[in-house]
Amino acid sequence: MTLFGRRIPVGLSLAFWFIVWEVVGRARLSTIVPPVSRVVLAGITILPSEKFMRAAGISLRSFAIGMALALVLGIPVGVLMARVEGIGRVLGTWVNIFVSAPISALVPILMGVIGIGETTVVVTVFLFAVFVIILDTQVGVRNANRSLVEMARSFGARRLQIHTKVLMLSALPEILAGVRLAAIRGVKGVVIGQRLVAIIGVGELFELYSKHFLMEEFWSLVILVFLFAYLMSEAIASLERRVEYYASTR
Amino acid sequence: MSADAIVEVAGVGKTYEGRVQALADVSLGFPSGKLSTLLGPSGCGKTTLLKIIGGLIPATTGEVWVKRRKVEGPGPERAFVFQDFALLPWATVLRNVAFGLELRGVPTAEREEIARQQIVEVGLAGFESTYPHQLSGGMRQRVGLARALAVDADIILMDEPFSSVDEQTRRKFQEELLDLLRRKQKTVIFVTHSIEEAAYLSDRIVLLSPRPGTVSKIIQPNIARGQRSPDEIRRDKNYLDAVDEIWQILRRYVA
Repeated sequence: MTLFGRRIPVGLSLAFWFIVWEVVGRARLSTIVPPVSRVVLAGITILPSEKFMRAAGISLRSFAIGMALALVLGIPVGVLMARVEGIGRVLGTWVNIFVSAPISALVPILMGVIGIGETTVVVTVFLFAVFVIILDTQVGVRNANRSLVEMARSFGARRLQIHTKVLMLSALPEILAGVRLAAIRGVKGVVIGQRLVAIIGVGELFELYSKHFLMEEFWSLVILVFLFAYLMSEAIASLERRVEYYASTR
Repeated sequence: MSADAIVEVAGVGKTYEGRVQALADVSLGFPSGKLSTLLGPSGCGKTTLLKIIGGLIPATTGEVWVKRRKVEGPGPERAFVFQDFALLPWATVLRNVAFGLELRGVPTAEREEIARQQIVEVGLAGFESTYPHQLSGGMRQRVGLARALAVDADIILMDEPFSSVDEQTRRKFQEELLDLLRRKQKTVIFVTHSIEEAAYLSDRIVLLSPRPGTVSKIIQPNIARGQRSPDEIRRDKNYLDAVDEIWQILRRYVA
């Protein structure tokens, strides 16, 4: 980041906002903004507690299952949509609607159909994540170098080989970008799903803290969830950077 | 058609999307063990003809026969070298060269052994674990050539392989290509739009007229190569005559 032509370390802006937060908190301008130092302290107390650990465990499990389903289903559907024109046309509209649809509005309906429990949360994560994976996979496969496909055919590649050895690898940068966005949306899915279900995992904690007006704990939980999403997105982004040179050579 | 024609093109025509006629009634034989060039102005359908011979696109009319078998698609007796190299950007030179064998299910150790030999043959020893984006255009096309040689096809189809390579590299590459292919007794069908390249490399030059492409003339330069240096060949009377003859025909097609 540069300001007035001078380079400013990224950490500095973060520190600046924490100072503002601390000052606002100490001035007691609003009850929903406790000083950041107290939020951090609350976080340090919550983190090792059994209650948090159990909630985090349940949430991680829902997240992992929902994401896994989204990957296993989303990537093949995306490939099919790119390769088979009819499927692309039929499903394309729906995927585009759902990728921008307010899926959180569907969760209460899901609760009615699937029941109140972990399954609903898993389905919520899946719905939050799958469409962006489908869309990005489709774009990646569609943009794959035709010449590589022709090359593989000229050396006698079968249909399956063209998909696994050329198209999927060609589309890897786009697929990874989709997975990164999906993971971020998936975290939202867990929290929203669990909050609406309101009896399990991190969502239960959110509900508990906000109901009892425990703002320090509430904000520390927000920061913890944010950190989780951020670290995961960065991990996938570092994978993306490793395959970036693909794009420059096709 | 001559008895030793390894590739025979019989009445081939190609119309794209029912409208653009790229080729019309092309009949030709390609002699075994020779380097034949398809030469013509852009839009004469020379690449189309090469891809039809390669089985990559179907002909609208007519047939192609390779080793007395009708072409229905790509086959192991033909290997392609592409204008844009078509290398897998995520794979090393070694894996790229071995890719044709990988598709055929040749075990890893065996195909890498073959690939290593071919990498040495095309002068890329030491670059086995390099990635395509780290190589120059000329080196990338050497990888493309090694990949075609690795599958040990009798017929090598080259689609303007040097057009994305700078002039100096191109000359060096042409000399080495000639040497390599003659040693290996391959039949080569080579597409180019360079008159000098065609005259220098070819045993036989097929001139195509533009839109729709038809065989305009077949020229056999008859350059005595033997042990002579490339520069001597480029001053050879037959070479210069061939260049001139080609130009006299092609200039009519250039608007």
